[in-house]
Amino acid sequence: MKLKSLLLGATVLAGAAFGVNAETLTIATVNNGDMIRMQGLTDDFTTKTGHTVEWVTLEENVLRQRVTTDISTKGGAFDIMTIGMYETPIWGKNGWLVPLNDLSAEYNVDDILPAMRGGLSVDGTLYAAPFYGESSMIMYRTDLMEKAGLQMPEAPTWEFIRKAAAAMTDRDNEINGICLRGKAGWGEGGAFITAMSNSFGARWFDEEWNAQFDTKPWADTLNFFVGMMNESGPAGFATNGFNENLSLFQQGKCGMWIDATVAASFVTNPNDSTVADKVGFALAPDNGLGKRSNWLWAWALAIPAGSQKIDAAKQFIEWATSNGYIELVASKEGWANVPPGARISLYENPNYKDVPFAKMTLDSILSADPNNPTVDPVPYVGVQFAAIPEFAGIATEVSQEFSAVYAGQQTVEEALAKAQALTNDAMEAAGYK
Amino acid sequence: MARAVTPRRKAVNTAISWAIGLLIFFPIIWVFVLSFKAEGDAIKAPLEVLSSPWTLESYSIVQERSDYFKHFWNSVILSVGSTFLGLLVAVPAAWAMAFVPGKRTKDVLMWMLSTKMLPAVGVLYPIYLLFIQLGLLDSRLGLVVVLMLINLPIIIWMLYTYFREIPGEILEAARMDGATLRSEILYILTPMAVPGIASTLLLNIILAWNEAFWTLNLTAANAAPLTAFIASYSSPEGLFYAKLSAASVMAIAPILIMGWFSQKQLVRGLTFGAVK
Repeated sequence: MKLKSLLLGATVLAGAAFGVNAETLTIATVNNGDMIRMQGLTDDFTTKTGHTVEWVTLEENVLRQRVTTDISTKGGAFDIMTIGMYETPIWGKNGWLVPLNDLSAEYNVDDILPAMRGGLSVDGTLYAAPFYGESSMIMYRTDLMEKAGLQMPEAPTWEFIRKAAAAMTDRDNEINGICLRGKAGWGEGGAFITAMSNSFGARWFDEEWNAQFDTKPWADTLNFFVGMMNESGPAGFATNGFNENLSLFQQGKCGMWIDATVAASFVTNPNDSTVADKVGFALAPDNGLGKRSNWLWAWALAIPAGSQKIDAAKQFIEWATSNGYIELVASKEGWANVPPGARISLYENPNYKDVPFAKMTLDSILSADPNNPTVDPVPYVGVQFAAIPEFAGIATEVSQEFSAVYAGQQTVEEALAKAQALTNDAMEAAGYK
Repeated sequence: MARAVTPRRKAVNTAISWAIGLLIFFPIIWVFVLSFKAEGDAIKAPLEVLSSPWTLESYSIVQERSDYFKHFWNSVILSVGSTFLGLLVAVPAAWAMAFVPGKRTKDVLMWMLSTKMLPAVGVLYPIYLLFIQLGLLDSRLGLVVVLMLINLPIIIWMLYTYFREIPGEILEAARMDGATLRSEILYILTPMAVPGIASTLLLNIILAWNEAFWTLNLTAANAAPLTAFIASYSSPEGLFYAKLSAASVMAIAPILIMGWFSQKQLVRGLTFGAVK
């Protein structure tokens, strides 16, 4: 530790002697495993550049509100923000982010997975560099599937999933055939049901921005979801989000769980999961209509236009989203813990191919297309969201109506009628129609 | 005539009181228990949680990852600073309303209280823009002023209630003896209202300590208090209950200890004048 501090001090002094302006960067980020790991490795960045870093770590929704306030008022409280695929195109278009079109050749921007690069760009200009990317996929108990006398296909249909869920359900032993998000919130149950609806041929808006909740595909989606969850889901699924389902799965109480690919490292970690050695993976289900029910998301690093330390911030982004960083994590904590889903070369790396969920994560990411997310054409970009500023507010209200259906407080028809009316009202008020 | 209380009735009342007390305090007890468990054990069923091994691992990780003392010190400055600043403004205001009421005093008091009903987010942008203009973003000074302002209605109301219990004749006698307004407030009124002022002070320190909306929205790395410290351990994508519990225990422990030692003062102050 002392040696490390001495080296750090010597580097900072050397930097000062050579006239390098050592800056202190303030970075806003979310609290998840990959981000926390990055905080622990920041000394490497400081050693290389002389710049120091101050972290502001917040819960995802708090962070979203906090950075939105700051960037829309040009507050300048942060030099780098951790933002997602939803915010990046909107903020980039508003001129709130610094374009990242002059990153060094060494950084190799062409190595970023095309789906991620596309979702984080506006008119071909990259506005945020992906730190890690994720899709969603099926995580299932291989032992329970075998006991049920079934075999999980690599790309199953929803009908198979419903049948398998019913077969795996064992209420006496507290095993639920399937665990899915029902919790209200556009990033919780709202994200899941939107991605699922894509595979049923539903869409949020037609090409004239008219809400589409009065169409048959939406009724089919909700009726299927409610029917399957009532047959084989856990009690009180209307309030279950990612964490609640993760907890159930790790305790061996779920036969299948369809959720973020990043969960694969949690459920296969023997320190936390009681079923770590009995987990298989498959692509998210479809209905034979050409679209699967998986989403696409990236946590990315962006520089707000109000920052006074743009050069140092770009250096940090290059460091944190580079291949060098991936190798640094692998050398310290193993290949299973490197940030996934951002770079093509990671999936060509023979060391990473041994990680059990690596291939399925990549296949899931590659099968999601944010520019053509639905069976019928739509005027928006985004798989589990529509990248317009109004979406978060509307989708939160719609997901509350859906959660009321899951809780048995209203019918599918009532919820869809309310969703249709409130969405059309909001779009009209926002000037889309 | 006082009604006789049988030992049996007393025992039942005691048992019910304890049960209610434990029920209210249970979430804090459970957070305390989880903070001493490994992350994998913290998500188990309650009985399994209790039988799993006890560990200081979460405290060690939290201590290693976050600068607890920096956040703690910020909390102390913000809560104590805003409360004392609030008292400076509120004592003369409450004096005026209690002893020299005007035609609109009650309306003013109700208006002040009504500002507490305004959703804070409604004024977030104006205050944020003001902070940018004044260079107060992520500063302790700015937050002390904001916390003082949001708690001021409660401070004035509490002091007003206590001051109303003090006979105006005593102040009048002091005035006849030649006391100036300053001497009247400092040497006559304030000493007589010490229990009330003390409980107002304690309650507002607790309120400012726990304030999360403004302290999260107006800070970044420098002025962030313990509310931001706790928020950094909450996550919708990952089970970090043990670490979150450890961070929560570290954040609430100082104020819990202060509340424990000053509970008599608090209760005396809060019930001051309630029974005549």
